[in-house]
Amino acid sequence: MTNPIDIAAKATPAPVARRLRGLSDRAIAWIFVAPTIFLLLAINIFPLIWTVRLSFTNYRANRPNEEVEWVGLRNYTRILTDDGIWATMQTTAHFLIWTIVLQVLIGFTLAWLINRKFKGNDLLTTLIVLPMMLSPAVVGNFWTFLYQPQIGLVNYMVELFTGTPASSFSMLGPGGLAPWSIIIVDTWMWTPFVMLICLAGLRSIPDYIYEAAEVDRASKWRQFWTITVPMVLPFLMLAVLFRGIENFKMFDMVNLLTGGGPGNETLLTSIDLKREAFEKWRTGYSSAYAIILFVTVFGLASIYVKALNKVKER
Amino acid sequence: MSAYSVTEPSKASKWVAAALVALYTIITLLPLVWIISTSFKSGPDSISYPPKVVFEPSLEGYVNLFTTRTRIAAEDFAALPPPETWVDEIVRDQGMVIAGPSRFGERFLNSVIIGFGSTALSTFLGTLAAYAFSRFKVPLKDDLLFFILSTRMMPPIAVAIPIYLMYRELGLSDTHLGMILLYTAVNISLAVWLLKGFIDEIPREYEEAALIDGYTRFQAFRKVVLPQAATGIASTAIFCLIFAWNEYAFAVLLTSGNAQTAPPFIPTIIGVGGQDWPAVAAGATLFLLPVMIFTILLRKHLLRGITFGAVRK
Repeated sequence: MTNPIDIAAKATPAPVARRLRGLSDRAIAWIFVAPTIFLLLAINIFPLIWTVRLSFTNYRANRPNEEVEWVGLRNYTRILTDDGIWATMQTTAHFLIWTIVLQVLIGFTLAWLINRKFKGNDLLTTLIVLPMMLSPAVVGNFWTFLYQPQIGLVNYMVELFTGTPASSFSMLGPGGLAPWSIIIVDTWMWTPFVMLICLAGLRSIPDYIYEAAEVDRASKWRQFWTITVPMVLPFLMLAVLFRGIENFKMFDMVNLLTGGGPGNETLLTSIDLKREAFEKWRTGYSSAYAIILFVTVFGLASIYVKALNKVKER
Repeated sequence: MSAYSVTEPSKASKWVAAALVALYTIITLLPLVWIISTSFKSGPDSISYPPKVVFEPSLEGYVNLFTTRTRIAAEDFAALPPPETWVDEIVRDQGMVIAGPSRFGERFLNSVIIGFGSTALSTFLGTLAAYAFSRFKVPLKDDLLFFILSTRMMPPIAVAIPIYLMYRELGLSDTHLGMILLYTAVNISLAVWLLKGFIDEIPREYEEAALIDGYTRFQAFRKVVLPQAATGIASTAIFCLIFAWNEYAFAVLLTSGNAQTAPPFIPTIIGVGGQDWPAVAAGATLFLLPVMIFTILLRKHLLRGITFGAVRK
């Protein structure tokens, strides 16, 4: 009875089932789609419209009885001219670029190695994938333990392998290491994602292409650059798209790891937005902030998807 | 296959590849092994330097996770009767007595209720919608993937602002129903899209044969399509469950007590002078273990789920 189908079938009451039997295809299509559409309108579209509306006001959610003023575009101009917000954008860009570079390099290499089809590659793949399925919040919290100054496992490992004394640096404290610490955790978590997608790309290349290249006496090096890389590229670009979108809005893992600190060193836009919206309660202002972020990702992603489609067509 | 193929990697290269991948696996699993081993350490062992690899296993973390403890005056402590259970004994060894159960049990149960509730709802609605999208001409059909991607582009905090206000008006703040509906809405576009992919793969001829045999469309859906889509539905359900289980941003902003799930709760577990690491590790272990098991069960469909069906094997 744990089968979802049985549950779905049992969940349909007899009279409803009897009535459904006599329905036309058109009616069934509507009945099947309507609840989903309704839910999406209520919890996705409607809030989005509300956010747009709020972004033109000075509303504060912690003072619901105060009179709400219509401020026009003032929130937007204030955000776009705020140096602090440009700094968080740069922090986010640093995080985004390095995580993508590292994950693509390590992920592709791993996929390429696993594609040698050695014995036990399935088992290792499953084990490698584990980190990405875990709760980013719980993982972020636990990495603060591994990153403990002086006594943490990471400091110990660094001392063991490089001789740098464990008490001489702090992964999450002042000293400029924190932005790299969050990059390490993200790379640890999400390299398997890039790896899996690259692996699918590598496995999609038919053997006969390599066989033909072998007949033409193309070197392995040449085969790699003229067959393997171009054929995996669309897959790799898709992986980058997903990672880019996810990391642009990164919140949970970094919020627990550093909370934006020390100072503002790891203050990503999402964490900044949370402070504005749920700590300073500047609801109208943060709505405008949210819309700007959304439009930014949306614009960048659209341009990127166009490029991706061009690569696919080749 | 022939005995020798030019595309088959050489034996040596296989060995090198296997060794490198195994090395990566060991490094990447180290933090997870560390979480699990810390959950069995005593408080002092967990923060000793150099870190202890060999230690005397203790259930202190698990006991502390499920109880709240308090210190009492030394003379009262000395006058206590000997501990009755092993749980009491572990707490006494830390110089404290049990004050009551902790909130972890409740929070874990909330995770289960909200996770399974939203999974059941999004899989149920998603299957219906996916069938309609797969078999009939429905408006919005072509915009669906676009829609999924764009809902995922909103930072969760941006979505949380209007939801917070809406739920406050409707009285859904910090309720199980509110969280179930929210997670369902987040999951449903993914569920519909994945399931549409699975249903698209079932040949239409099966249903058409059933329709000719006198089945109504609804019977054909129930008796022909649903059994065929079983694996797809099950793996979609697991994806929805893992998302709802892991979710943190909405949970921390929209719940505070009644409906709070485990992810916002685990980081708040504190002991004497900072976080009680064995207890945090115990909570994390209990919380992460089900996901690890599901991941292993799901490995064949993993790729499809994480790429919203964009890559199929």
